[in-house]
Amino acid sequence: MINALPPATLLLLGALPLIFLKGKAKGFWMLLLPVLSFANLLAIPIGSHWSFSFLGFEVILGKVDKLSLIFGYIFHIIAFISNLYALHVDDRVQNVAGTIYAGAALGVTFAGDMFSLFVFWEMLTISATFLVLARRSKAAIAAGARYFMIHVAGGLCLLAGIIIHVQTTGSAAFGFIGLESLASYLIFIGVGVNCAWPFLHSWLVDAYPEATITGTIYLSAFTTKTAIYFLARAFPGTEALIWIGVGMAGFPIFFAVIENDLRRVLAYSLINQVGFMVVGIGIGTHLAINGAVAHAFNDILFKGLLFMTMGAVMYRTGKINATDLGGLYKSMPWTCGFCIVGAASISAFPLFSGFVSKSMVMESAAHGDMRFVWFVLLFASAGVFHHAGIKIPFFAFYSHDSGLRCKEAPRHMLLAMGIAAALCIFIGCFPNALYTHLPYATDYAPYSAGHIIAQTQLLFFSALAFTLLLLAGIYPAEIRSVNLDADLIYRKGAPWLYRVCDKAFNGLNDFGDRVFVKKFPAALSRFFSDPARSVQRFGTQLLAEATGDERPLARRQSEIDHRTRNLAYPVGGGVLLAVVFLTLMSLFIFF
Amino acid sequence: MKQPVKMNEELGMFDKPKNVKRLLVLFFTLTGGVLAIDLFYHKHTIFPWEEYFGFYAVYGFVACVILVIVAKYILRPLVMREEDYYD
Repeated sequence: MINALPPATLLLLGALPLIFLKGKAKGFWMLLLPVLSFANLLAIPIGSHWSFSFLGFEVILGKVDKLSLIFGYIFHIIAFISNLYALHVDDRVQNVAGTIYAGAALGVTFAGDMFSLFVFWEMLTISATFLVLARRSKAAIAAGARYFMIHVAGGLCLLAGIIIHVQTTGSAAFGFIGLESLASYLIFIGVGVNCAWPFLHSWLVDAYPEATITGTIYLSAFTTKTAIYFLARAFPGTEALIWIGVGMAGFPIFFAVIENDLRRVLAYSLINQVGFMVVGIGIGTHLAINGAVAHAFNDILFKGLLFMTMGAVMYRTGKINATDLGGLYKSMPWTCGFCIVGAASISAFPLFSGFVSKSMVMESAAHGDMRFVWFVLLFASAGVFHHAGIKIPFFAFYSHDSGLRCKEAPRHMLLAMGIAAALCIFIGCFPNALYTHLPYATDYAPYSAGHIIAQTQLLFFSALAFTLLLLAGIYPAEIRSVNLDADLIYRKGAPWLYRVCDKAFNGLNDFGDRVFVKKFPAALSRFFSDPARSVQRFGTQLLAEATGDERPLARRQSEIDHRTRNLAYPVGGGVLLAVVFLTLMSLFIFF
Repeated sequence: MKQPVKMNEELGMFDKPKNVKRLLVLFFTLTGGVLAIDLFYHKHTIFPWEEYFGFYAVYGFVACVILVIVAKYILRPLVMREEDYYD
């Protein structure tokens, strides 16, 4: 028996006191929690722990191996950095949601069975939704609602897959699944929603830029990376992932070039980077999986760093559109510097973290002789430098002087950015510190002369293209606008569907109400209130119409009405006589 | 928090056109230098075309030009709408 707690416990339970804590105590607790939780994780040995039986299946809360551990490490690091960055936030919703979100990501990472995994998976969705809603603007609330619905749909897909999988295999253990049965396809797609695959991705670029300044930092780290962890565990070497990843790496860069909201540019480049990881998992060799995991690790840091710098700009100026910003390098020199470190890292400059992980995926594609994949990834590498590496720092801190003069970011934000930036450079300079923790042993050496020269040439000439296009005035000027994306399908489609359903079903309802509730019973009750009169009136009406002689009609009808009122039917007399006759006959026979 | 720009405010490094020009010259020189390395160093590569002179330089440049042209002249007309499109 070990003396540690299940990895997610401390963050999940530790979030509860944040409801009551305020001021310094709250800040202290937020910084202490990830540290305690990390120390707890380090105390857990490799292996499966905390298993118990639930409904006849084995639930495992601590499946600890090299793959889950490295995700556990980076989730703690980014939880600490995000909490530090969010130290000024006195909003219970955000503080609690952010911490639970990090805890849920740990829960998914160390879950050894599909049931507990699913519970944590849904906790991710719920807590993330609150990070979007917490901005409390109209746009944020709408985006949060959309975010929630998409992820609930994805979660249900995953749940359906899990149930079928457990039924057919008889085991709830979470491990390699592979793409072969209906269950695996459902699980695959359910995870794909969280992984932001093409056409399933629009929640990401929709919600992340609408979330709170600090919320986006958490969001950028956990949802897509837990999905990457899931894929690396359950679907390594699945060929479909290569093509999905190629799509992810390719298409967002075009949107990023014309996007005005700089946090949305980063959201697009997030999909682009996750694309590299998905390709790596699809290739499935040891080098490729290592590359995917290492890139996830690095991406959490440099994407978080870039979101933090843009958040700091937004915090001080209240603006985030490229059209409103520019010239801030004088007001926010430190933030500007950290932004450039993040930009260099995501662009994979030598000595920065992206360089030592992205190349692993590229090289494994080359080893597999996947030429098309390799060319798209190289295109994406040049493209990401273009939109995330140059565009973000250039339009925020340089470009034209927007006239904005503000204070440098608060100290705790600078410290958080500084830690992330230092880690980016550290991993770039000493990649073995990261490589030793990768799932497979590796002797990969990123710093070969050929690789350094090739990457430097690629980046310098991408920058040259940017410079020349800008000088020539061809570079697309930023325009205030909305750019359509796959969310068009439900943002315009849903109201349309609503209207169609409204017309079809409410129309049917109306019709039913009119005919079966109002008219039909009324007619019936009129008829049966006096069936004899109604039949006779109808008969005389028909007769009059048939003969064309309508003169006696009114007289006859009043005659019928009169007879009905006085119950003076000849038929009544006949029936009376018959009854009397039958009675007499009965008496006669029986007595 | 837009504050009026003080006219006598010290000019930033990139407010002076001369500095921008210097930076550009430095950048172009470096770019040329990076390309020139290919003359002296033979890369050991996996694909044969990686060994061509200036392959990465040309690819990076062309990729970015295509990226911008496609984004500006094809994608933007297709997807750009007014800011209140969804309201």
